[in-house]
Amino acid sequence: MAEAIATPPAREAATEKTSLITGSEAIAIACQLADVDVITAYPIRPYDTVMQYVSKLVANGEMDCEYIVAEGEHSQFEVVKHACACGARVFTGSSGVGWMYAMEALTVTPALRIPVVAMVGNRALDDPGAFGVEHNDALAVRDLGWQLVWVDTAQEALDTALIAYRVAEDRRVFLPCAISCDGAFLTHSQGIVKVPDQAKVKQFLPAYDRGDLLLHPDNPITVAPQANEDWLMEIRRQTAAAMERSPQVIREAYASFEKIFGRSYGNPFFEEYMTDDADIVLVGMGTLSMPVKVTIRQLRAEGKKVGFVRMRWFRPFAAEELAKSLGRFKAVGVIDRDFSLGAPYSSGVLATEVRAAMYGAGAQQPVIGFIAGLGGREVTVPDVRRMSEIISAAAEGKRQPPTQWIGLRE
Amino acid sequence: MAVSDRELAELTHLKTPQKLDPFKGVKKLPLEEYFTSGHRTCQGCESALVMKLMVKAAGPRTIVLGSTGCMYVANTTYYSTPWVVPWMHTQLGSSGSAALGASAAVRALIRKKKIKDEPINIIAFCGDGGGADMGVSGISATLTHPEYNCLILMYDNESYANTDIQLSGSTPYGAHTTFSPPGTKKRIMHHRWKKNFAAMMAAGHPTCRFVSTVCMSYPVLAMNAVRRALSIGGPTFIHSLDPCPKGWDYDPMLSHELGEIAVETGIWPLWQVEDGKLALIGKTRDIADNRFKRRPVRDYLLKQGRFAHFTDDDIDYFQAKVDETWKKWVVPGVIPIAKEVDNDAPPV
Repeated sequence: MAEAIATPPAREAATEKTSLITGSEAIAIACQLADVDVITAYPIRPYDTVMQYVSKLVANGEMDCEYIVAEGEHSQFEVVKHACACGARVFTGSSGVGWMYAMEALTVTPALRIPVVAMVGNRALDDPGAFGVEHNDALAVRDLGWQLVWVDTAQEALDTALIAYRVAEDRRVFLPCAISCDGAFLTHSQGIVKVPDQAKVKQFLPAYDRGDLLLHPDNPITVAPQANEDWLMEIRRQTAAAMERSPQVIREAYASFEKIFGRSYGNPFFEEYMTDDADIVLVGMGTLSMPVKVTIRQLRAEGKKVGFVRMRWFRPFAAEELAKSLGRFKAVGVIDRDFSLGAPYSSGVLATEVRAAMYGAGAQQPVIGFIAGLGGREVTVPDVRRMSEIISAAAEGKRQPPTQWIGLRE
Repeated sequence: MAVSDRELAELTHLKTPQKLDPFKGVKKLPLEEYFTSGHRTCQGCESALVMKLMVKAAGPRTIVLGSTGCMYVANTTYYSTPWVVPWMHTQLGSSGSAALGASAAVRALIRKKKIKDEPINIIAFCGDGGGADMGVSGISATLTHPEYNCLILMYDNESYANTDIQLSGSTPYGAHTTFSPPGTKKRIMHHRWKKNFAAMMAAGHPTCRFVSTVCMSYPVLAMNAVRRALSIGGPTFIHSLDPCPKGWDYDPMLSHELGEIAVETGIWPLWQVEDGKLALIGKTRDIADNRFKRRPVRDYLLKQGRFAHFTDDDIDYFQAKVDETWKKWVVPGVIPIAKEVDNDAPPV
């Protein structure tokens, strides 16, 4: 396993250090900086590298937390759920079918308003077995109240983990947050990362305060009694309202992050790349931004005005802002690294959501869905060129199939 | 900020919980109740009594985590909770994880001085379905973590009683449940022998310091088991047999008596394992020492509608299986491994 070249920063470090680390290690360092209290691990590739880094930090006395190796993902997520209810800041994670094995725990965590922060090392679901990235694991909880964010680089992984704690643990929200890192492309790939210093993190991230929801003998409450039809709908509505408050809390967190750490992410919800004068755009999530951006630079050199929008936050989904942005272009292509069998027009999850956001805002442009890069297959420059050509044709009024699989052997 | 040597020592050493002395008889019990009105369990429900006496034994500085089952659905209703101590619902198979998570949080927060340093009891309960069926993996894992103080209590009413009385791995041989109804072609639909669950937990987890079986027909014994389990340190396990008027089909006034008969017939031996040492308790001890003759299982079976379809042959078979636990098992009534030759002495 790849070791970090630079030593991990000491907590007292007065200044930012620069390290060459993987996305997984970046998140482990974020947990250390956030002074997480309880962490649960269980092996499944590719997310589990984060726990290998965490265990080393614990073994070396650089991190003070309860580090529990669970006997399955269901227990992994149930343990942190209860620890978090008792006032502990927690971290856990999983990948692929491991995430699905925890599904019952994943279901109840947002309903209990428990701000668990988890890493998903996105991985294809079995069967057949595949280690590579697919987004169906994290997307499986999209209706349940999890905040879902996709990151692109190790730096963004570290920063977003800190932001995730701040947003999830905000009393206005109190909903869990999953940080999705593409398997292998981010979990196992190193990048140069500026590691923030401890004092600044303390300034950015207040202590987790569960307030009057704390499970403690001083606060004898009954959590989640049987409610039935008498009250379930009202309780569900409160959870929905928390998710509706989340975008504002996210905006505040990114603004505060920029002020304290001096690093700006622009619009927190999505990144725009060469869109200012673009005729057409591609939309996607995660690390496929690399081949897409490279291809766009080539296409630009050939005079083709193509842009890219990389979605960060999938839940909450910034529908109005996205519709406003995408409404500027003649046609939109959405690259899904996931599948949603039987969905409208056989599209992927993201394409269906983008259509709902745009057409709900009155847009008329064609939105073409692409299924690409499943099971960790690379999305190549020729793939992106092909998608760009299809979108250009759609922009010129030539009718295109609404969903197309790209990079598929016939 | 590296942890200090002292903190590292705390990380690796057991923090002794509080000392809860045993109650010296039913007249010496405290008057305070921490499980009061508001629950909606059936008349004669022994499991509700388990809940009430369990927290009475534990006292007010206790967090209770309850997995899905009768003691959640019927017992803990929005706006009418009976719990005076903090209580949280946990998923059906999660009692082990719930105890572990809460205990880990308390441990970390006390060590990091984020909450006051005091002993806090963590109890997670589950039914036989949530424990002996679905929860085995999580309970077993928790019992291997010696640094986390917690008690997992399994209230065993021998079926999924909350969902309409379906058979579980803890349902006795031949019992009539809605998943094993006697029919015209098959009289016995349930051919599996009840899981020997507490002994599984005791035998399988050498660092777990306390495992006990209890029955609320012997309330002081049971409450003292809870107090011992909470003060010995590390994760512990208690298995309670709870007669269930609805699931077993008998008059609610017989709940207490049926618990006694279960012990007196040798069907439900009372024992505890503390630091690897087994002690048979109460009537079970008397049976083992030949001070008390086991009653025939007929006395137990015929009082319950769930065995109403039993023929004499069925009763004889049941009796033979119970006799086997007392005559053939290497530790009578506890460890279901027969000696290879009859005079082979069990390890002392």
